[in-house]
Amino acid sequence: MPAAIRARGLEKRFKSVHALRGIDLDIEQGEFFALLGPNGAGKTTFISILAGLTRATAGRAEVMGHDVARDYREARRQLGVVPQELVFDPFFTVRESLCFQSGYFGLRRNDAWIDELLLHLGLADKADTNMRRLSGGMKRRVLVAQALVHRPPVIVLDEPTAGVDVELRQSLWAFVRRLNREGHTILLTTHYLEEAEALCERVAMLKEGRVVALDRTADLLGAAGERRLELKLAPARLPASLEGRLVACSGDRYCLALPDYAELESILATLRQADVTVEEMALTQADLEDVFVRVMREAGG
Amino acid sequence: MSGFRMLLHKEILRFWKVMLQTVAAPVLTALLYLLIFSHVLEAHVEVYPGVGYSAFLMPGLIMMSVLQNAFANSSSSLIQSKITGNIVFVLLPPFSHLEFLLAYLLAAMARGLLVGLGVAAVGLLFTDLPLAHPAWLLAYALSASAVFGCIGIFAGIWADKFDHLAGVQNFVIMPLTFLSGVFYSIHSLPPFWQAVSHLNPVFYMIDGFRYGFFGVSDVSPWLGMAIVLPSAALLTLAAWLLLRSGYKLRH
Ligand SMILES: Nc1ncnc2c1ncn2[C@@H]1O[C@H](COP(=O)(O)OP(=O)(O)O)[C@@H](O)[C@H]1O
Ligand SMILES: [Mg+2]
Repeated sequence: MPAAIRARGLEKRFKSVHALRGIDLDIEQGEFFALLGPNGAGKTTFISILAGLTRATAGRAEVMGHDVARDYREARRQLGVVPQELVFDPFFTVRESLCFQSGYFGLRRNDAWIDELLLHLGLADKADTNMRRLSGGMKRRVLVAQALVHRPPVIVLDEPTAGVDVELRQSLWAFVRRLNREGHTILLTTHYLEEAEALCERVAMLKEGRVVALDRTADLLGAAGERRLELKLAPARLPASLEGRLVACSGDRYCLALPDYAELESILATLRQADVTVEEMALTQADLEDVFVRVMREAGG
Repeated sequence: MSGFRMLLHKEILRFWKVMLQTVAAPVLTALLYLLIFSHVLEAHVEVYPGVGYSAFLMPGLIMMSVLQNAFANSSSSLIQSKITGNIVFVLLPPFSHLEFLLAYLLAAMARGLLVGLGVAAVGLLFTDLPLAHPAWLLAYALSASAVFGCIGIFAGIWADKFDHLAGVQNFVIMPLTFLSGVFYSIHSLPPFWQAVSHLNPVFYMIDGFRYGFFGVSDVSPWLGMAIVLPSAALLTLAAWLLLRSGYKLRH
């Protein structure tokens, strides 16, 4: 079974910018995968190469085993892309836009699926509205529908929820989850790390055109040092033997690293011996944002 | 069905939906030329024996409208899509380069020919036209509109903004079409300007087209076709190569 998406030594140079500096990545069929990274990291460039909107300077990329340059027609048939920019054709209505997109992929009688898309994306009552007259959120939904109109096995969403209201985000993710359950591979870029954390099984982090982290979401989160013990102490004083664990403190609140739950017992014992009372206590797990910040810091640059 | 037919359909619908600007307006412009020039010159100019000036003027006006509108269609469609960004909708699907090219080219030709028909129909209300060689008419209309449809594709891909396109329109398309014998026979020009006109491919398009109506022309229709048809073929090939290279469309 070929990988849904495969990149090998993928590089892209624009005139003055080295946007991708050798990307190696495999995304298996059926995965829900997040590509994260700060602005300018190269996420959109990576997606553009997959879609044939940009040509790689070096290296190669495949979609479902089809080379995006040599076998571009088959590669594009396998791929549905929701572009980052909110683009639309002002000449046409929602339904016309979808029929055209469907026809471009060689599908003529596709009305049942188009109706289903309209329904699931909350566009049913806008089907005959001109694209110009839709709000930004509605246009975004049409972009999603356009990407899905040929039922591509691999779906790429480039920041689909940027500037989108909560309701649409919820319904969009419910729909994309369903597609993923039905076997579609999903590649997602987003600025909302909590979305990636909730949705994606695996995450790659990109910085300045390089993959700086690539792992299962659970493993990234569970990595040692990411668990925390938050304490409110009276008096506000931390015994010297615990200072090595200190991650942050403000006033009488202390945040300690807790790599292993078994250590909780000894920490509390140390506090008791030092006559420090624990007034409040909470165990927290690092979220993807913490991991992201740490990875980006450690990746230097 | 292949995606090609849908892209062609979309490109045709694009101008069809705004026919007032894309078809009716150029027909009106041509009609104004016809009325004004023939009013001024009818009594004074007889280019070919037995052919009145307004009849003489008609083929040139029709051809000029065909060319300008074929150019306008492909160039404006491409630049609009590039500027609004919705060009991604036609870059993402699995079109071959040839399908992409032919869809834009045939739609451009369709608009050019439609405007040409409109100018002919309206012109016939004011003047009579013989129809000596319909096959030559068709051959010239098709090959000449293909040439300008291709030039429109080049311009649309190359231009980054509407200003660039207006530049091509004003400094290339307009001079080429106006200085090609639309309003006069080049035999009435001084020898130097006659020689210059022979370097203008549009001269052969209009001259050959005129032959289709009157059976007389400045040069042989075969010579004209030997210039126009290979030009169309070469430009089509060049446009295909340009699309294949990804120039400006696929970084
Ligand atoms: N068409 C282009 N021409 C020149 N530079 C570009 C172009 N597209 C992207 N870049 C540059 O490439 C880098 C990566 O951009 P991009 O892939 O859009 O990042 P991201 O999507 O992660 O925010 C940025 O420095 C950006 O300025
Ligand atoms: Mg981006």
